[in-house]
Amino acid sequence: MLLSLEPRGEHSRVMLWCSPILAAVLTLTCGFVLFLALGHDPLLTLHTLLIKPVSDLYGVSELLVKALPILLCALGLAVAYQARIWNIGAEGQLLMGALAGSAVAVNIIDLQSRGALVMVIAAGMLAGAAWAGLTAWLRTQFNANEILTSIMLNYIALNLLLFFVHGPLKDPAGFNFPESAMFGDASRLPLLLEDGRVHAGVYFALLALVAVWVLLQRSFLGFQIKVLGLDKRAAGFVGFGEKRLVWFTLLISGALAGLAGVGEVSGPIGQLVPQVSPGYGYAAITVAFLGRLNPFGIVLASLLMALLYLGGESAQMSLNLPQAITQLFQGMMLFFLLACDVLILYRPRLKGRRSVPKDSTAVVGAV
Amino acid sequence: MHNPAPGARLQLRGITKHYPGCLANDRIDLTIAAGEIQALLGENGAGKSTLMKIIYGVTQADAGHILWEGREVSMRNPAQARAMGIGMVFQHFSLFETLTVAQNIALAMGPQCTPQQLEPRIREVSARYGMSVQPQRLVHSLSIGERQRVEIIRCLMQDIRLLILDEPTSVLTPQEAEELFVTLRHLASEGCSILFISHKLAEVRALCHSATVLRGGRVSGHCQPAQCTDAELARLMIGEIAASIEPHTKGVAGEVMLDVAGLTWANPDPFGCSLQQLDLQVRRGEIVGIAGVAGNGQDELLALLSGEQRCAPGHLRFAGTEVSSLRPDARRALGLAFVPADRLGHGAVPDMSLADNALLTSFQQGLVHHGLVRRSKVVALAEAIIARFGVKTPGPHAAARSLSGGNLQKFILGREILQQPRLLIAAHPTWGVDVGAAATIHRALLALRDTGAAILVISEDLDELFQISDRLGALCGGRLSALKDTAASTPVEVGGWMAGRFSAIDTPPTYAPGSH
Amino acid sequence: MDLDLLSNILYAMVRCGTPLLLVALGELVCEKSGVLNLGQEGMMLFGAVAGFIAAYSTGNLWLGVVMAMLAGMLLSALFAWVALVFNANQVATGLALTIFGVGLSSFIGAAWVGKPLNGFEPLSVPGLSEIPLIGRMLFAQDVLVYLSFALFALVAWVILKSRVGLIVQAVGENPDAASAMGLPVLRVRTLAVLFGGAMAGLAGAYLSLAYTPMWAENMSAGRGWIALALVVFASWRVGRLLLGAYLFGLASILHLVAQGVGLAIPSNLLAMLPYVATILVLVLLSRDALRTRLFAPVSLGKPWRPGH
Repeated sequence: MLLSLEPRGEHSRVMLWCSPILAAVLTLTCGFVLFLALGHDPLLTLHTLLIKPVSDLYGVSELLVKALPILLCALGLAVAYQARIWNIGAEGQLLMGALAGSAVAVNIIDLQSRGALVMVIAAGMLAGAAWAGLTAWLRTQFNANEILTSIMLNYIALNLLLFFVHGPLKDPAGFNFPESAMFGDASRLPLLLEDGRVHAGVYFALLALVAVWVLLQRSFLGFQIKVLGLDKRAAGFVGFGEKRLVWFTLLISGALAGLAGVGEVSGPIGQLVPQVSPGYGYAAITVAFLGRLNPFGIVLASLLMALLYLGGESAQMSLNLPQAITQLFQGMMLFFLLACDVLILYRPRLKGRRSVPKDSTAVVGAV
Repeated sequence: MHNPAPGARLQLRGITKHYPGCLANDRIDLTIAAGEIQALLGENGAGKSTLMKIIYGVTQADAGHILWEGREVSMRNPAQARAMGIGMVFQHFSLFETLTVAQNIALAMGPQCTPQQLEPRIREVSARYGMSVQPQRLVHSLSIGERQRVEIIRCLMQDIRLLILDEPTSVLTPQEAEELFVTLRHLASEGCSILFISHKLAEVRALCHSATVLRGGRVSGHCQPAQCTDAELARLMIGEIAASIEPHTKGVAGEVMLDVAGLTWANPDPFGCSLQQLDLQVRRGEIVGIAGVAGNGQDELLALLSGEQRCAPGHLRFAGTEVSSLRPDARRALGLAFVPADRLGHGAVPDMSLADNALLTSFQQGLVHHGLVRRSKVVALAEAIIARFGVKTPGPHAAARSLSGGNLQKFILGREILQQPRLLIAAHPTWGVDVGAAATIHRALLALRDTGAAILVISEDLDELFQISDRLGALCGGRLSALKDTAASTPVEVGGWMAGRFSAIDTPPTYAPGSH
Repeated sequence: MDLDLLSNILYAMVRCGTPLLLVALGELVCEKSGVLNLGQEGMMLFGAVAGFIAAYSTGNLWLGVVMAMLAGMLLSALFAWVALVFNANQVATGLALTIFGVGLSSFIGAAWVGKPLNGFEPLSVPGLSEIPLIGRMLFAQDVLVYLSFALFALVAWVILKSRVGLIVQAVGENPDAASAMGLPVLRVRTLAVLFGGAMAGLAGAYLSLAYTPMWAENMSAGRGWIALALVVFASWRVGRLLLGAYLFGLASILHLVAQGVGLAIPSNLLAMLPYVATILVLVLLSRDALRTRLFAPVSLGKPWRPGH
C-alpha cells in the first residue's frame, strides 16, 4: 500500500463533519460508474434519482412525507446508539406501532371526537415501546445480545402483521384483499396543506427533535447515556445503572418508532396494509450514523434518505431500474461513511516520507 | 547457553529513540557479558521499557548500533531477536489463558513442534531450574508466580543467551522473588546473560553483578550495586538528594468510618478470587494500607466497597449506616470517594474531556439542576482541580487520554478530594506515575488525612505503604491479615502476610486464584 | 406419526439446516479470531444471486458454486478492509455490509427473478440410503449437503487439532500477546474473515442452486442472523454447532410436522417459529455469564491496531 495511516492524536473536528459529505460524494461517484457500466446514461440516471423527484412542489411535499417516519425512527435510534445499545429493531417496533394503532382505529371507526386520534397514536407508541421493551427485558434479565433479539423480533413483528392483515383485521367489505378497513376521519392525522400529503405528523417530529436534542446535549440523563456508551466500566463505577439506561433508551426508541408506524397508517395510508414500511426502520440505522447521532445531522440525513426512496421509485418508473437501487445506495453510503471515518482519527501519509514528530502524545486508539 | 565466550555478549552504542513529545532514549551505551546479571535501574518514565523494546525488536531505534556477540545487527522484529537467542519476559504476561501451558509454549516455538511433542522437554527444563509446572494445565488456573515461570520456561526452551526480565518481582511475594533469584543465578552460572529491569534497590543489590542507571532517557551512571549505598543509587536514579525516606507523622485516629465485618463473597467468575471473612476498620484521621500481590482479592474488595458489586447485608457499614445494598452514587452521597486502579477506562472516560470527567463523580456537588447539566459550573470545577493539583494540561477541554499517567492520576485524586469525602478509598494511587506526581499524591493524601478524613489505600508497593499508612495489613487468597501499626511492623513481616502466613501458626492457604 | 413421515422430517431437517451450518461454520472461525462479522445476510444473498446467475448463464452448477463463494469472499474482503485495516466499529461495518449486500443482490438479481433452473439433484448412496429412519437423512442428500458434512469435519479438525487452530484461538483471545509473539494478527483475522465470506457465499449457493433452485429477493429470510445466534448457542465450540444447525432446521420445517399431525395453524404464525426459537436459545444460553466468559473469544468485536 502506498498510503499508511498515522494517528492524529485527537479527533479531527473538521473531518467529523466532512466525512459524511465525502461519503455522499463517493457514493454518487460509484453510482455514476455503475450506471455507466450498466449501459444507462449516468447523468440522466442521477438526475432521475436525485433531482427529478423534488423538481416540483408536490415532490417536495412527498419528500417530507417520506422523511418523517425515517426521522422519527432515527431520532430514537440515536438515543440508543449513544449508549452503544445496538437496537436494530426499529423496523419491527414501527410495524407493531402500525398494527396496534390499526387495531384500535378499526374498532372506533364511528367515533367522531378527536380523542380517537389520541387513542390511536397512544396505542401505536405504547406498542412500539413495549416491543422494544421486550428487547430490553431480554438483555437485562438474560444478557441476550440485543442485536440478535431485536432482529428476530423484526421478523416476528412482520409475520404478526401479515397474520392480522390477512385474518382478524381484514376488511370484511374489502373484496378479500389483505388490508384493513379505512380508518374513520377522526382517527386520521389531519393534512397540513391543501396539496400533497404532508400531515400533522410533522409537529410530532419537531417535538421529538427538540426533546431528543435537550436529552442528549443538555440533560444529565443524556450524559449518563454517553458515559455508558463510551466506557461501561466507568458508568458502573459511578452508579449510572446500566439496566436502567438500557430500558430507558430502548423504550424511547420503541416509542418513536411506534409513532412513526402509527403515523404512516393514520396519515398517508389510512389503513393497515402489508407494505406499511419499505424498510424505514433499517434506513433509519444508516441515517442515524450519517447524522452522527446528532439530531440536526439526522434531519439532513433523513431528507437525503427520503430523496433516495423517491428517486428509486422514479428510476423504476421511467428508467426501468430495479427499486432495490435505493437500498444499494443506502448500503454504499454507510460503507463509505465508515471508511471515511478513519480520517477522523488517522492522517493518510505517503509511505517513505517520515513525518516530523509533533508535540502531541501519540494515540493508537480507534472508534 | 553453553557459550562462555569472553567479551561482550550484547553491546549498545548511542541508542536514541524519539516519540512525539519526548526523547525516550538519548545516546544510551550498555554492555553486558556472558553469565552476567545486570540491572537496568530507573524510575517510571526513565526510558527502560523503550530500551528493552529496542533490544527485543518490538520497535527500532532512530540512531545507534546494536552489537550481538561482536557483530552489528539490526533487530527488525521479536522473531529475529528470538532466533538470535534473546528471550524476554514482559511485565504484563503474554500468555493465553484459555490454552494449556504446552499449547502456549508450542505457539512460541514454531510450526515444527506440537504441544504433545513438547511435554517431556517442558518437564525436563522446568525441573532443571527448580520451577515445577505441569504442561497440561490451563493457564487461567495458574497463580501469577506460576504464570511467570511459564513465561521463563518458554524462553528457556529456545536456548537463549540473553534473558530480559521487565520488573519481574512486581507481581511476586518476597518469597517467590527469592525463588526466582535462585533460578536466575543458576541460569547465569551456565553462561546466560540476564538483563534485570527494576526500580527496587534492595533486590538489585541482592541479585545483580552490575547496574546501569537511566534517568530522563540518558545513562546517569554504571555501578556495582553491592558496593553502593541506597542513597548513591537513589541519587543516580532521581538526580537530587532524595528526600530522606522517613515515615511521615502518624495520624491520630478518631471514630470508625468504615466497618467491614466478616465479609465473605463468592466470585462467580472462574478467573477471579473469592473473599473470606474480611474484617477491616478504618477510622477518621488515619490511613490504612493493604498490601498484596495482584489477584488476591483487591479488585473484588474494591468493587464491593465502591458499590459496583453488591453483597449480602450486615457486613458493610459506613459511619454506622448499613451500605451493602447501596449503589455507588448513593454511597458517594454519604461521603465516600474512590480512586480506582485503572485511570483510563474506569476512573476516567478516555475520550471525554476533563470537564466531563469532573462531572463524572462530582455530579452531586450542585452541578445538576432540574435534570440539566450546568456546564459553566462543571468547567469551573475542572479548572479548580487543574489549578490546585498542578495538572499539566492545555485546559479543561482536553481529552482525558491526552494526559500523562501522573497528571491524570493527580486530576482523578483531586476530583475526589475536592468533594471533601469522609472516607477515601484509593487503589494503586501511584502506579505508573512519575516521581514528582507520586510525591504530590502522597502529600495530598496526608493532607486529606489531617483534615479528619479516613483513608484506605490498597497497593502493591510496600515502600509506599510504609511511607504513608498508619496501619497495615495484607490480602492473600481472598483473606485479610490482622492490621498492625506500621511503626511496629517490618517489610519482611508484611511479606509473610502477603504469602498467607498470617500468624506464626497459620498455614498458608492454597495459593491459586480460581480454585477455592 | 409413522416411520416414513419421521424419516422425511429428518431428511428435511438436514436439508434445512445445511445453509445454517455452513454460515455458522464460517462465522465461528471468524469470531474465534476475534472478529464479529454481522454481514452474513448480505454475503449469503450476494452469493446466492451470483451463483444463480453464473449457473443459469453457463448451465454449469459447479461454476455457480465457485462464483458464489468468490462473491461472498469479495464482500467479506470489503468488510475486512474497513473493519480491520481502517479499524472501524465492527458492529456498524457488519450492518453496513448487510444493507449493502442485500441491496446489491436485489439490484443485480432483479432481471433473474422467477427464472427456472435445474438445481442439484439428491445423490443417493446405494444401499446405505435404504437404512430405516436415518438412511434418507444421511445418504440421500444432494452433493452440497455431503460437502457440508466434509467441511464440518475439516473445520473441527483444524480448530481442535491443528496449529492453525491454536493460532486463531490465540489471536482471538489476546491479540497484543499474539502480536508480541510474532503472530501476524491482522493477516490471520483477514483470512478468517475471508473464510467466513466463502462459507456464507456457499450457503447462498445452496439456497439458490439446491434447496429451492431459483432466485428471489431476500430468499435467505434471516438465516444469516440465525446463524450468528447459532454461534452463541454453540458457545463457540464446533461440535455443538452441528447440533444447533439441525435443531434450527427442525424449527423451520415444523409446518411439515404440523401438517403431518393434522394441526391447522396459520402459516404466518408457523413462519415465526425459527425466530422465536432463536430468541429462546439466546435467552437460555446467554443467561450464564460464566459460560460466556469461559468460551467467548475475549477480544471479540474490539478494534485492534498493531503497535505498543
